[in-house]
Formats: sequence, C-alpha cells, structure tokens
Amino acid sequence: MTKKVRSIVITGNGTNCEMEMAHACRLAGSDDVDIVFISELLYGKKRLDDYHFLNLPGGFLDGDDLGSAKAGANRIINAGIEGKEEKLYDQLLRFIKDGKLILGVCNGFQLMVKLGLLPAFGNDYADQTVTLTFNDSGRFEDRWVYLKTNSDSPCVFTRGIDGLYFPVRHGEGKFVTKDPKVLEELHRGNHIVLQYSDRDCTKAVMDYPENPNGSVDAIAGICNETGRLFGLMPHPEAYLHYTNHPRWTREKLPEEGMGLSIFRNAVDFIRKSL
Amino acid sequence: MVHRIEIGFKKDIRDALGETMRKKIVEHFGIHVEEVKTAEVYTIEGDLTSDDLERIASGPFSDPAIQRYVIDRGIAESFDWLIEVGFKPGVTDNVGRTATEAVKLLLERNGGIRVFTSRQYLLTGSLTRADADRIASGLLANELIQRFEIIEGKDWDPGKGIKAYVPNVVIEDNPEIEEIDLNIDDEGLQSISNERVLALTVDEMKVIRDHFNDESIIEERRKVGLGSGITDAEMECLAQTWSEHCKHKIFNSIITYKDEEGKAEIIDSLFDSCIKASTRRIREGLGEEDWCLSVFVDNAGVIKFNDDFNLVFKVETHNSPSALDPYGGALTGIVGVNRDPFGTGKGSKLIFNTDIFCFASPFHSEELPKRILHPRRIYEGVREGVEHGGNKSGIPTVNGCIVFDERYLGKPLVYCGTGGIMPSVIHGKPTQSKEILPGDVIIMTGGRIGKDGIHGATFSSEELHEGSPVTAVQIGDPITQKKMTDFLLLTRDSDMYRAITDNGAGGLSSSVGEMATLCGGCDMDLKKAPLKYAGLKPWEILISEAQERMSLAVPPEKVDEFLALAREMGVEATVLGTFTDSGKFHIRYGDRTAAYLAMEFLHDGVPKMRLDAEWKPPKYEEPDFPEPEDMGTALTAMLSRLNICSKESVVRQYDHEVQGGSVVKPLVGAENDGPSDAAVLRPILDSFEGVVVANGICPRYGDIDTYHMAACAIDEAIRNTIAVGGSLERTAGIDNFCWCDPVESEKTPDGRYKLAQLVRANRALYDYTTIFGVPCISGKDSMKNDYIIGDTKISIPPTLLFSTMGKIEDVRKAVTMDAKKEGDLVYILGMTRNELGGSEWFDMHGFRGNSVPTVNGQRAKKMYDALSLSIRKGIVSSCHDCSDGGLGVALAETAFAGGFGMDIDLSLIPSEGIERDDYLLFSESQSRFVVTLSPEKREAFETIMEGTILAEVGSVTSDTTFRILGTKGIEIIRKDIDDLKKAWQEPLNF
Repeated sequence: MTKKVRSIVITGNGTNCEMEMAHACRLAGSDDVDIVFISELLYGKKRLDDYHFLNLPGGFLDGDDLGSAKAGANRIINAGIEGKEEKLYDQLLRFIKDGKLILGVCNGFQLMVKLGLLPAFGNDYADQTVTLTFNDSGRFEDRWVYLKTNSDSPCVFTRGIDGLYFPVRHGEGKFVTKDPKVLEELHRGNHIVLQYSDRDCTKAVMDYPENPNGSVDAIAGICNETGRLFGLMPHPEAYLHYTNHPRWTREKLPEEGMGLSIFRNAVDFIRKSL
Repeated sequence: MVHRIEIGFKKDIRDALGETMRKKIVEHFGIHVEEVKTAEVYTIEGDLTSDDLERIASGPFSDPAIQRYVIDRGIAESFDWLIEVGFKPGVTDNVGRTATEAVKLLLERNGGIRVFTSRQYLLTGSLTRADADRIASGLLANELIQRFEIIEGKDWDPGKGIKAYVPNVVIEDNPEIEEIDLNIDDEGLQSISNERVLALTVDEMKVIRDHFNDESIIEERRKVGLGSGITDAEMECLAQTWSEHCKHKIFNSIITYKDEEGKAEIIDSLFDSCIKASTRRIREGLGEEDWCLSVFVDNAGVIKFNDDFNLVFKVETHNSPSALDPYGGALTGIVGVNRDPFGTGKGSKLIFNTDIFCFASPFHSEELPKRILHPRRIYEGVREGVEHGGNKSGIPTVNGCIVFDERYLGKPLVYCGTGGIMPSVIHGKPTQSKEILPGDVIIMTGGRIGKDGIHGATFSSEELHEGSPVTAVQIGDPITQKKMTDFLLLTRDSDMYRAITDNGAGGLSSSVGEMATLCGGCDMDLKKAPLKYAGLKPWEILISEAQERMSLAVPPEKVDEFLALAREMGVEATVLGTFTDSGKFHIRYGDRTAAYLAMEFLHDGVPKMRLDAEWKPPKYEEPDFPEPEDMGTALTAMLSRLNICSKESVVRQYDHEVQGGSVVKPLVGAENDGPSDAAVLRPILDSFEGVVVANGICPRYGDIDTYHMAACAIDEAIRNTIAVGGSLERTAGIDNFCWCDPVESEKTPDGRYKLAQLVRANRALYDYTTIFGVPCISGKDSMKNDYIIGDTKISIPPTLLFSTMGKIEDVRKAVTMDAKKEGDLVYILGMTRNELGGSEWFDMHGFRGNSVPTVNGQRAKKMYDALSLSIRKGIVSSCHDCSDGGLGVALAETAFAGGFGMDIDLSLIPSEGIERDDYLLFSESQSRFVVTLSPEKREAFETIMEGTILAEVGSVTSDTTFRILGTKGIEIIRKDIDDLKKAWQEPLNF
C-alpha cells in the first residue's frame, strides 16, 4: 500500500481561512486533511511530526493587535507543549529539517516572515530580515490582483505555473526588507516567487491598484532556498472554482480555479518523495 | 512599577497611518499640517527587570525590520505638537489585552503583568494649541471613551518623556443590594424610572408595585430573606425585560387606528396581526412543503436549506451607541448580531454579514447640534467598526448599502445582519430548537463583566438626550468572540451542551431569564461571575452588556469536559448556577438573594399599551421645473448623487470572500467595479446549492405614505434577489423597523401620525409578503430614533429595512448586472409610470411631490417567476434591478459596468401617463429590470415572459458611447461611459 499524503491546516486564535484551505488540500488529492487548533498542538493532542504539508491560513492571529501575526509568532516561539519539555517551535524546526512543505497565505505569510521562516537565508530560521507592514493606502482592501511568476525560483508550489489571478484581502501586506542587501539577496537567490503585475502577468507593476499595497519591487510572495517554504499575500484558496472569479459570468473559464494548482503541486511533490 | 515602551518607525519607513491622519486633518478641518507621524505606546505594570523590558520591546512589541523602540523615555523628536491618545479607565483595550498575554508567554509568568496601550501623533506644521486641541477632540480621540494629552514641541524633553499613567478603575467594592420602596406617588415613581434610566412608564411602575404588595408574594420573599420592597436588581431586571427593546411594547400594543375618513378600528398587536399573521398564512399554504423551521421564537429565524442543513438569519440595529461612539457602536453592532444566529437553536456557524447604514451627508456644512458628531466622522467610524468586527471574525460582508438623508443627523442607523448554517440534526436531535432540563448547569463563556454596556437596552428605548449614559457604549473584541465561537462549535458537535443563547441587551438578566422559561426557573449566583474589575454592584453584574458572552445550559455530567476544553482553548467559562423548575428567577450574590421574581410576572407581567393612531395623508407641493435642456448633464448629476453613486471605497474595505464560497460579489463587471444587486454564496464548498442575500430600503417614500414605502422596500429586496438568479420558492424575509417615537406625548405631539405611519407600513408588510410568499422569519424594531437636546429635535424618517435570504439551487446559473457582449439586446421589464413622488430626481430639484411609487404585487410576482425561470434556463446575459434614479441610472450602470456603449430608444419603453423624457428616465416605478440577452435568445425569452410587461428598447454597442433617443425622435443623451462612470465613482471616493 502506498503511503498517505497528510496535510495539516492550523487554526484558532483568529485564523479564519482554514475551511477553504483544507478544501483546497482535499481537492488537490491530499489523503488526510486535518484542521487542527493550535491549542491541540500545545496540549500535545496533535503533533506536526505526523504530517507532511503544513498550511498556515489567513486571518487575524490575536487580532493582529501588536502588528500582523506578531503575537502569533511570539506564541509559537515561546509556548511549551503541555506536560512536555518540548516547545512547539522545536516541532516546527524539525518539520522544516525533515524537508516537509509549509505554505503561508496572508496572515500565514506574515506569521512565517515574523517567525523568520522566510526568506531564511543560509537556513537561518531565527532571524527576521523582511516584513509585511501597513499598505501604502493605509487601509484594508479586498481586491483581485494579477501575479507574475518567477520560473527560475526553486519554489515547489509554483512549478509549471505561468501567471496567476487571486484576491488580496489585507491591511498589512506591504513587503519591505530590512535593508537593500536583503532585497538584493532575494533577487539573487530567486526567492521572489510572485510579483504584482499587469493583466498579462508579464510585467511587475509598482502602481496602485495593480500593486495593491506598495510592496518593494512589487513582491507578493517569497520562498526559502529549498523552495519548500512558501508564503504569499494573495489568496490561492479563494479561487478553487470558476464561480469564485469576479468575472465568471462574463468570461469563459476552466472549471478548476487557478488556486488549486498551487496545492496540487505541493501534494504531488510530497507523494513523489514519500 | 510602571514602565513605558514606545515604538516608532525607523527613518525612511513610510508611516501609512500618519499619512492617513494627515489627510483627514486637512479634509475634516482645513488645517494645514505638513506631516503626521505615529508611535505606539505600551504602558506596562509589573515587576520587570531592564533585561525583561528589553526582551519585551525587541520581541513581541516591535518589528526589527522597520521599527525602533525606547524604554522609559520619549521616542518623539522634531515635531511641533504631540498628541497622545489612550483609553479611559474601564474601556476595553483589545491591544492591551493581547500585549499582556504576549508578555506573560514571553516571560513565562502567570500573572502580575498588565499592559495598556495608547498612541502618539506627532504633528509638524504651524498650528496653535487651539488647532491641536480641535484635532485631538474632533478626530483623534472620542472623549467619551478616550483621554488625550497635548505637548508642544518646544516643551519636549525626550529624556523625561511622558509620565506613565495606568487607567485603573477605582471603585469601592461594596456589593450591596438596595431595596426600593415603590409605595410613593406617581411623580416619585417617574423620577425613579428617570434617574435609573429604567425607561418604564408610571403605569408599568404601578403594575410592579401592585405585584410586590401582594401578601403571598411578600410571604414568599420573606422566606428567601427579602423585605417588602423591590430590590434594585429586580427593578433593573424588570426594566430590561420589559423594555421596548426587549418586549416590543409598541408592536404589541392595542392601537386605535383612524383612517383619513375618520373610520376607526382596533388593532391588537401589529406584530401578531401583520407580521406573524402573514408568516402563518404562508406556512399554511406551503403545508407539507413548509420550509420555515423556527420563526420569531429564537434569537434568529431558521429555514431549511436542504435535507442536511438549515439556514439562520437575523438583522439587528445598533443606532444609539453608534451615535455616541461610531467605531465602538458599530463594532459592537456587528459582533453583537453575530451572536444571534450563533445563539439560535443549537447554534450555527456564521457565513455572511450584510450591513446597511443610514447617515446624514458626510459633506454636511452647517453647525452641529450639541453632542452630535459630524456625519463624516460617523460615516468613517461606523465603516471602520464594521470592518474590524466583520473582517476579524472571518465572516464575509457580502453586500449592503448606504442611505443618505439629513434627518439621520440626530441618530444614524446602523443595521447589521448575519446569516448562519447548522446541520439539521446533531446527535439525533433537530438543531432548530432548544431544550433545557432542571438541573442543567448555567455556564457563561467569553468576556468578563464590567460596567460597560449597562442600560444599553433601556437607553436605546429612549431618545438621545443630554444625560444619555456613557456606560451604554462598549467596544467589542472580535477575537475574543472568535475564540469563543471556535470553542462552542466544537462543544456543540460533541454534544457537550443542551442549549445556548447570547448575552446581548439586558445581559445575564435577559439571557438566563429567557433560557429559564424553557425549564421553569433558575438559581444563579452573581458572585461567581468573572469581572473585569472589582466594585460592581450585583444589579450591575446582572444587566451589564459587556460583550462576547454566551450563556449555556450544560448537563451536569458534561460540565468537567466542557470546562477542560475551554481552558485548553483559552476561553473563559464559568459556572454560575443551575436551571430549575421552581417557577422562580432566583438570583443570589453569595448567600444573599438579589432577585426573586416569579417567571410568569417577569415575562408576561408587562401591561399592554393602548395607543392612538390617526392617518392624515400629507400633501406636498407638486414640482414645477422644466424638462432639462441637457439630459446628459442631468444623468451625470444623478449618477453623482449620494444615494446613487458608487460605495466602492467602503465595499473594498470589507472582506467579501473569506470562507471561499463567494459567487456573486458586491462589485462586478469588466473592471470589477459595477454595483451588484444581491450576493450569492456557496456555504458548502462541495455543493453548488447557494444562498442569495438582498436588501430593500427606501425611506424617502415614507414621507408620502409608509404603506408604499414598505411595499417598495419589500419589492426592492425581492427584485434584487430575482436579478441575480434567485427565486420566490424559498426566500425568507427579516423586517427591521427604525422609527421615530410614535407615542403621542408632550415631546411628540405628532405621535398619532407617526403611529399611523407604523400601522400602514405593517399593513403593506402583511399584504406584500403574503402575495410574494416571502415569510418574515425574524425581525427587529427600534422605536425611539429621535434626538432631543434643548430646543432641537431631530427625528429620523420612518425607515423599514427588508432583508431577504433565499436559496438558489445551482449557483452556476446566477447572473450579474453588467452588459456582457456587443450586439446583445436591451429589454426593459415592467411598467414605467408617473411615479416620481419621493424620487431622487424630484429631490434634486428640491421637491417631494405626491405620486409615490406603488407595487402591483400580483403582476410583479408573475414577472418574477418568469424572469427567474429565464435566468435558470441561461437565457439572460445580464439583469439589473431598477431603483433609485430609475431607468436612466440602471441603464447607465449596466453599460459602464460592462464596459460597453448602449443605444436606447425611449419611445419603446412601456409607460403609462408620462409625457416628459426626464420623467421616463428617472421615474422610480417598482418591479422593473434592465435585462440584456443575446439576439438568438429573443424568442425563448419572450415566450417565457409572455403575459408580462416588457419591451426590447435597444442594444449593447461595441463603442463606449451611451446614446438615448428621446420620445420625440431626437438624441437626448450622448455620453462616454467612462465619463458617466467617473461621475458615479467620484463623490464618495475617500
């Protein structure tokens, strides 16, 4: 019997896109998909070690009260597992070391960045070098954006994908690096997976609203060196069926939404390496 | 020891919040400010070393990529004015709570840490202190709930910074129970009611007095240690339970209604004879096929979605609090209505929000009456409150609208609606009803109790006046609520509780009071209730409306399991007592009895009011203005009117597609910016069955006749439903009446007329919901939307919001309002009549007129059924409802949303009694649509639509020109759609 692909979608404390993220994993062929509350991990009822694909969905962890996902990152780093010596953070680092996949969307991306999981140059997962801060417009916006994909990126999730169209739904999505060197390194290592673009998905765009938040170099999503850790502000799980598309009543579209390919890439990659 | 950590942005990092505030200062006050920078301030109380503080500041409190921090000194530099805004004692500080938890986690401490937040605004520019003061009090802070401090740049010493201030609530802890003697004269009774904000009439006070004078009652009460007087807790509890807000006394009153001919009739309860009666009749007609499951008895109405799931829906208002604190009021409004479907039956998962606001013009330029906030501030505050409440709860805000009228200056209307879905059966039991057994344990979950929200129910049962209590204002916390609802859905599915209800108006007195009716009594100890701070009196604990709380009935054998999971998920849950069958609402504080009320008296003791209504149709001046020379300019002006123009800037700030089931979004068309008529969503992601959500509201018609206003609101909601592909087969309504006080009194000399307006609106509600077969399943009324301070009285126009939730069998059949293809035919459905009374067109010319639109229900229903079938069969390319601004606006919107031009011939439009082209274009006759379809579908369409009024009036063109040929055969409009769209988009684009 072949081994099962097991996906975990983390929720609780303000996360709110877990349902559609889990649905995406299921549609993509993941054999087991569990929506797990972070408290279940902290109480030792579930372990990250039992899964291959970690999904960090969008939402407002702790209300984003200290800055997006800040309090959430603080919890993951500092909280211990009830009755064990281990911390949740230890499980997370082991998960990465084992070569497993992590996808962070929106608040999940903010969480990865603030934990230091992205871009994690030289596999240093403790140092935060980039951030996602308030949109230049100063407001939350729900708006669909075109995305240019970087075919030279090692990103596992975007293999074979050429251009995407997803909604952004955030107030703090402006990608900024700590200094110009970090930005240079992101380009050099092809960490930049997605950029906000024109309608043809060929040219990165800095102008609002195509670039909805003022991100540096129109960066919408990045991965780590192995391409197994990927975070993005736009929501692939919001476009799983053509009826999700804002213009489905006027355009001929394939049955399957563009977001599904990202999850399918992940599940296929895992299945091959099982 | 108290410390301050201040966080600011590093050099060259853009301060978007500061920029937004700078823009607002310029726009709101016309004060020139060069720059505004912001800094976040955390005031920490606790035993901390400098190393601890360093870890806190560099860890959870700041972002190393873009921020810098200082500890115990000032971060501000080079500014002219510093304004720091923080909360007053006792006000919910959500960020402070999160910060406290983060610090405890970081330092591995269980307690001893409290964090409070404030924000600094650093202004650069040549401002006076008076300017700074105006900016602080008029924009940055709401002095009801916040305090501010202003420092001038030249006096600034960063080494010293600002002295740390902890907003402690200091109240003497004296949980006494007071007894009140009601055996006094009428004047005395009235003054007790006024002073305690009880909103009870003298007659009601007398009923209470007589009850407590009953010998057998006195004897019973003696046994539980009470004297002959009523306790303060009982008084307050009765006031809450009997409030207009909770008991709908006006809707249940006996009304003598006199019509224009002086003929009088008696109406025993509008609620029963109009609203419930219609639903009863529709359900009888449905017979075996009845899909209504729970109506008018619970926090929200329940209908059947399919064999496995039920839908739940409720719309609430939060007007009075939003007038005082627009942000907090609206936030509480949305998270409050969320708890209604959540606390219905066994509890439902929330799947959509829909919000409707009524404001005065944000461009209001006259002086404001006392205590009234500028409408622009209300607009932005309410918008933001609903944004935070909705977005952070992870519930999509699928549609809504904003209505403008100057009379909403005194009280804005903030309608918030929420839908939910629940499995129809859980553990073998139907989910739409509740059951409680004596012995079940009372558990309260969620937030703690404070003085916030005390007297909310009674306060909203009065007009806004000088003494309106500030404690009535609360700030909700969507994350505390989200954590609680996450937890409760798990406990629901593992059968850990028997019944659930929300703590809304009236707090525990009302939630536990209502639940206790299911088993016949309760015994609750208020001393066990978790408090935000010490010093609350028992009656305050009982009626506090502190947010994010649900009350549950948990079987004794499940209590441990329930509490353990709550602990694990970080949700506060407290056992407060037990449900009984004693027939008594028994409330203790420790071993003392605070309230001992007969259940019957508490719930059924309120005497029926007797009121008079008299209908005299108003007569307005008929308009007298010539047909405009330039109809294109007229159309452009209409598109820019506040009630017609785009609300995109508001819509975009709401997440309308979280949960992944969005099908028809609020913004549609070629550029994703056309105005959708209704929302369609899929609550279950592996099914194509969907939910249609729509609203109808048209207060302007009510000035002429509220009967037709109500008819038009119902027709509008249904029209919107049909326009996206819904049907009348399974669509339910929610009525929501916001009225000005309709009870004749010294304050309201025209009460009889206003009550007659209410009667007429209800009659229309009965007539039209019955004809359309759209039963009301729940509703709400808010009857005191007046402002009276000094000599100024502002009453809102009587306003009925009719909201619908319906089922669409296959969402893939839904259509949107944008023209799809060049060459498509343009049809107008329905008759255009000389019905411009109360229209936007007349209003633009300063007239009201008398020819209010009327609805021919039978004819409309026939058309709706046929159109719905045409859409299901895929014949229709686009369909747009025709409402404010008439055909002119609907046609233009269809064209520019689709990115196409249009050629229309006005002479082809089916019309009656209209001789002017402007009237044809802008009449607001009801039950009309603009439909486009492919020429090859013409025959199929006309066959299905046979017997309805319709005409092909033109076509969609490939260019971008919007052309209209007048009835005299001359082109009267030739406009580029981009110009029309721009006029439509600009007014509220801020």
